[in-house]
Amino acid sequence: MLTNQMVQILVFVILTIMTLGGGLGVVSSRNLFHSALFLVLSLVGVVGYYALLDAGFLAVVQLLIYVGAIAVLILFAIMLSRGLMARRQHQRNEQWWIAALVVLLVFVVLLVVLGQVDWPVADEQALLSPNVSVGQLGQVLLGPYMIPFEVISVLLLAALVGAIILARET
Amino acid sequence: MLSEFAFVGVLIVFASLLPIAGLGFAWLVRPKKPNPIKKSTYECGLETIGGTWVQFRAQYYIFALMFVVFDVEAVFLLPWAVAYDQLPAYALIEAVIFIAILALALVYAWRKDALRWS
Amino acid sequence: MEATISWLTTLIPQLPVPTARLIVYVVYSAILAFAAPVVLVVAYTYMERKVLARLQDRIGPNRAGPLGILQGLADAVKMLTKEDITPAKADRIVFNLAPMLAVVAAVLVFAVLPVAPGVIGTDLKVGILYVVAIGGLGELAALMAGWSSNNKFALIGAFRTVAQLVSYEIPIVLAIITVVLASGSMQLGAIVAAQDVPFLFTLPVAFLIFFVASIAEIGRCPFDLLEAESEIVAGFHTEYSGMKFAMFFIGEYMHLFSAAGIATALFLGGWRGPGAGEASILGVLLGFVYFLAKTTLLVFVMMWVRGTLFRIRIDHLLDFGWKFLVPVALFLLVAVAFVLKVPVLNSPTFRWLGMLAANGVVILVSLALVVLAARHSRSAALRGVAGVDG
Repeated sequence: MLTNQMVQILVFVILTIMTLGGGLGVVSSRNLFHSALFLVLSLVGVVGYYALLDAGFLAVVQLLIYVGAIAVLILFAIMLSRGLMARRQHQRNEQWWIAALVVLLVFVVLLVVLGQVDWPVADEQALLSPNVSVGQLGQVLLGPYMIPFEVISVLLLAALVGAIILARET
Repeated sequence: MLSEFAFVGVLIVFASLLPIAGLGFAWLVRPKKPNPIKKSTYECGLETIGGTWVQFRAQYYIFALMFVVFDVEAVFLLPWAVAYDQLPAYALIEAVIFIAILALALVYAWRKDALRWS
Repeated sequence: MEATISWLTTLIPQLPVPTARLIVYVVYSAILAFAAPVVLVVAYTYMERKVLARLQDRIGPNRAGPLGILQGLADAVKMLTKEDITPAKADRIVFNLAPMLAVVAAVLVFAVLPVAPGVIGTDLKVGILYVVAIGGLGELAALMAGWSSNNKFALIGAFRTVAQLVSYEIPIVLAIITVVLASGSMQLGAIVAAQDVPFLFTLPVAFLIFFVASIAEIGRCPFDLLEAESEIVAGFHTEYSGMKFAMFFIGEYMHLFSAAGIATALFLGGWRGPGAGEASILGVLLGFVYFLAKTTLLVFVMMWVRGTLFRIRIDHLLDFGWKFLVPVALFLLVAVAFVLKVPVLNSPTFRWLGMLAANGVVILVSLALVVLAARHSRSAALRGVAGVDG
C-alpha cells in the first residue's frame, strides 16, 4: 500500500520539477509573458515545499504575497511596457559556457560542504506539537523582535514613498 | 505525520479534472468551422489597426504597489491578532504604532494624488 | 473529518486508517469538485434570474420545464455546443489555461469551508488566510485571459479587473484580522466555535466591510463595471466563447457561493443553530441545513443589492475602496484591539458589548468625517461657482 513516505517523496519530486522547471522556463522562454508565468509556477512550487514541511503560515503567505501581489506587479510591468507580440526576444549571452562552468563549480563546492555538516534534525514530536504555531510567532514578533516589527513598517513606508515619487516623475 | 495540506493536494487534482472534463466534453460536442473572419480580433466590428498595446499608465502600477505594501502589513498583523489574547497590554501600543506608520503611507499616497484614477 | 474516517473504519474493520482517510478525502474532493459546482451554478443562476425578475416586476424564466427550473440545463447545453473560437493571433496555451485556473481557484476555496459540524475538508491552522490567498490566483487568471486574447478591450479590462480586485482585497483582509482578534485563531472551525454570539452582532462594521468588499471581489453589480456590456464589451473575457466562457461564469458563481459561505462562517456562526452539533447524524445534517440556509440568505442579499443599486464608475469604485473602506477598516481594527485589552472587560458578555460599542464609535466617527468632507467639498465647489459668477 502507498505509504506516507512514498507519497511525500512523490510530492517532493513533482514540486521539484515545478520549481526548477519553472526557473528554467524563466530564463529560456522567448516570450516575456511566458517567462513571468514560469516564475509564477516556480513560486507555486515553493508554496508546495512550505506546505510539505508543515509551515502552513509561510506557505499561505508565500502564495498571498509572492504569487498574489508581487507576481501581479511583475506581470503589470510587463504588460504595460511592451506590446503583445513584441519581437521574440532571444535570451542570449555569448559567454554562457563560462557561466555554466562557474555554476557547476559552485554546485560541487556546496554539495561537498553541505554534505559534511552535521545537520540537527528536528524532533518529529516537536514538530507535531501545537506550540509551533502562528500564535507563537505573534508572541515572538511582539516580544523580543519588537523593534524589527516596527522597523518593517517604516521600511514599507519608505518603499511606498519612493515608488510614488518615481512614478510621479513619469 | 500527514500534512494538513494533504486534502488540498487531493482537491487540486480533482479540481483540475473539472475544467478538463468540461472542455473535453465540449470539444467532442461542439461544431468546428473556423474561418478567418471568425478568428479575427473583436473590435466592435471594425478592423484592428496596429498592434495590441496599451498606453503606459503609472496609475495601474501604483495600485498594485499599494496593494503589496498593505498586504505585507496585513500579513504581519495576523500573528499579532492570533496571539493577541496572550500578549501583554503594550502589544496594543506596538500595533498602533505599526498601523499608524502605514496609515501615514496611505495619507501620503492620498495627498500626492497617487490614488486618483483619471 | 476525523469522525467520518472513524465511522468508515468501524464500518469496514479491515480498512487501515490511512486508506480510510484517503477514501474519505477522495470522495469529498469529488463531491466538491464535480457535484457542488454543477448543483450550485444551476441552482443559483436560476435563483438569480427569478430574484432579479421579481425585483424588476417581471416573471423570469418560465418556459424551460415547470416554473423554468430546467433553464439552467438549457443554458448548460447551449454553452457546451457553442463553437469555441480562438482568435488567430491569441496565445493559445495561456488562452486555454486562464479559464481552467479560474475554475480551479474557485473550487480550492471549498477545501476550508465548514459546511457542517465535523465536515470540513481540512481545518487549516491558517484557514482564513488561505481563502484570501486563493483569491490572488483569480487575479492571475484575469491577467492571463486579458493578455492572451490579443484584444485591446480585453487587455484594458484585465487591468481594471485586477485594479478592482486588488483594491478590495485589503479591506477584506483587515476585516478578517478583526475577526481573528475577536476569536483568537485563523482556523475556520475555531472561529465558528467562538461564536456563541455571532460576530454579526458584535462586529457589525467588520461584517459590512467584508460583505461590500466581497461583492466587489466577485465583480458583481454595483461593482460590475468590467463585465457590463455597455461599458467594455465583456472585459477580459471578450474573446472567450462556448465552454471556456462557461468556465469563467461557473467560477464567478462558485466564488459567489464561497464568499457567502465564508461570510457565514465568519459572521453568522457557520453551521451553528439549535440542535446542530457533532453528537449525532441528525445534528450534522441540521448543521448543514443551517449553513446552507444562512449562505443562501447572504446570496439572496447580494442578488437583491444587484437588482437595486446602480453601477459605480471605476474612479468612484477605487476611491471608495482606498479612501473609505481601508481607513475605516484600520480604525475598526484599532478600536476593537483597544476594547479587547481594557482590563475591566473580562467576562464574555462584556467583551461582546465592548466590541459592539467600539463598532458604534467607528460608525459615528466615520460618518461624521464623511459628512464633514462632503460639506467641505460642496462649499468649495459652490465657492468656485460663485467666484466665476461674481
